[in-house]
Amino acid sequence: MSLLIGTFTIGCILSLLALGVFISFRIFAFPDITADGSVTLGAAVAATLMVHGTSPLLASLAAFGAGMLAGACTGTLYTRFKINSLLSGILVMTALYSINLHIMGKSNVSLLSVTTLATHSEQIGIKLMRGATSFDLAGWEVSVRDASVLGAVALVVALTGALLYLFLRTNLGMAMRATGDNVQMIRALGVNDGNMIIFGVAISNGLVALSGALLAQYQGFADVGMGIGMVVWGLASVIIGEALVGTNQLGTTIIGAVMGSVLFRLLVAMALRWGLSPNDLKLITAVFVFSALIVPQFLRKKRLRSAHA
Amino acid sequence: MLEIQGVSKIFNPETPSEVRSLRGVNLVLEAGSWVIIIGTNGSGKSTLLNAVAGTFLVDEGSIRLAGRDVTRWPEHARAELIGRVFQNPFSGTSPSLTIEENLSLAALRGQGRGLGWGLKQSLVGQMRDEVSRLNMGLENRLENAIGSLSGGQRQALTLLMATWLRPELLLLDEHTAALDPKSADLVIALTELVVARDKLTTLMVTHSMHQAASLGDRLIMMHRGQIIHDFQGAEKRRLRPDDLLARFEEVRRAEQLDESAAQMLAEQYI
Repeated sequence: MSLLIGTFTIGCILSLLALGVFISFRIFAFPDITADGSVTLGAAVAATLMVHGTSPLLASLAAFGAGMLAGACTGTLYTRFKINSLLSGILVMTALYSINLHIMGKSNVSLLSVTTLATHSEQIGIKLMRGATSFDLAGWEVSVRDASVLGAVALVVALTGALLYLFLRTNLGMAMRATGDNVQMIRALGVNDGNMIIFGVAISNGLVALSGALLAQYQGFADVGMGIGMVVWGLASVIIGEALVGTNQLGTTIIGAVMGSVLFRLLVAMALRWGLSPNDLKLITAVFVFSALIVPQFLRKKRLRSAHA
Repeated sequence: MLEIQGVSKIFNPETPSEVRSLRGVNLVLEAGSWVIIIGTNGSGKSTLLNAVAGTFLVDEGSIRLAGRDVTRWPEHARAELIGRVFQNPFSGTSPSLTIEENLSLAALRGQGRGLGWGLKQSLVGQMRDEVSRLNMGLENRLENAIGSLSGGQRQALTLLMATWLRPELLLLDEHTAALDPKSADLVIALTELVVARDKLTTLMVTHSMHQAASLGDRLIMMHRGQIIHDFQGAEKRRLRPDDLLARFEEVRRAEQLDESAAQMLAEQYI
């Protein structure tokens, strides 16, 4: 049971990453690799601040801000200096590796002895349960710690998702969506599309960094290598989410990305349980995204061929 | 209203694919006039429109619009003064956004965009009225994605969007060329209505000699990046499609003469 709750918790935390990837890849059609670096950036900033006594809430917000800054750098490289979108992301991601090491001062920071959002939610949970450390859920023994952390994370994700939805329906948010959709039109309507991309990629990386900050607090450490492969992970979540909800209405795609992230984490946990080596995880993820990208094309071709026959 | 002075533009300068698209174009539009531009392929008529819209910055010359020198203004800044409809019906609208979202983007043309709610009730009511005037039955489909509409419907909406806030200048770049004849007629009727109602200063490129003869109060003909004819007033009103075709034929003959003359000279002197 504890394992299942843990899976859901990580799935929820990484759904913020999925929302970030959704913004860059789907709204702006901007393949943003920066995310690999900003996951770690968020974790590093939050962990370092917390070790120095900052409140975990402030530290997480600072992580969001740092991620936005990284995203703004990538957006600026792309729009102002006309560097290819992939390369812009790679440059910033590479630079972030050194920056993250500088922020942490070493390759990993332990959070086991500091107060994090996880400890806070655990305390609140125990207070709510009047001091009990576990409770009975349909015959399963559930630890209050696990349940309250999951509850807190789910709340953060629901709040972030709702805010993102509302934001994308403001005048500014609509201009951003239209920028990804039709640049010529949005320029003709007086919007500086470069600024929209910078801002959009900034928000995307802010969410990714927040995801990294929460992940570090949940697992109890920040590590310089924790961001590797995260873009592909987020993309897998977004693709699964799209398959789950099926439509491209704004609200449902946001919910889909969150559901996709949780489901993907669940699938991975099951695969690991059945004996998949953790070393193969990123390979499997990459193969999964690859097939998710080509299977629709393949099916379309096959349908065309059978229509001709 | 619009003053174009000595505007030149060379694309891909100093390469084998160098194109001198505009060669010292001068054109002054009075407020409220509707000027039609015709010309052969590659004559620079669309390029002239794009120069005014700011798609690229011109190499030489100046462009003044509504009393302001916009020569160095980027495209998005000029949008404050200019409404545009493109040749491609897909260029003027955002396909994954709904009709009402597209219109509300247009309702803020050239203005700052903040965190205000995009679809205010009063605005949506106004949209329903305006869209129902198109007689396309779209007023009940405001929440549909624009990508699901036909080219003619999208072009009509683009025209509505371009003129939602009264522009100082309306640019129409062969905006019916990609439509079926029936939709094209509809969009032209709508254009006449809007231009007359709001007394818009309009610059319109067209391939249709019929449109060129029947619309507008002034007609200019371009060739090789220059204005070669300028018909105004009574002269414009007398023009018939056949007259325009005759002018094109003249241009073609002159072209042939140039080439054969050049060949003759080359044979004699080289």
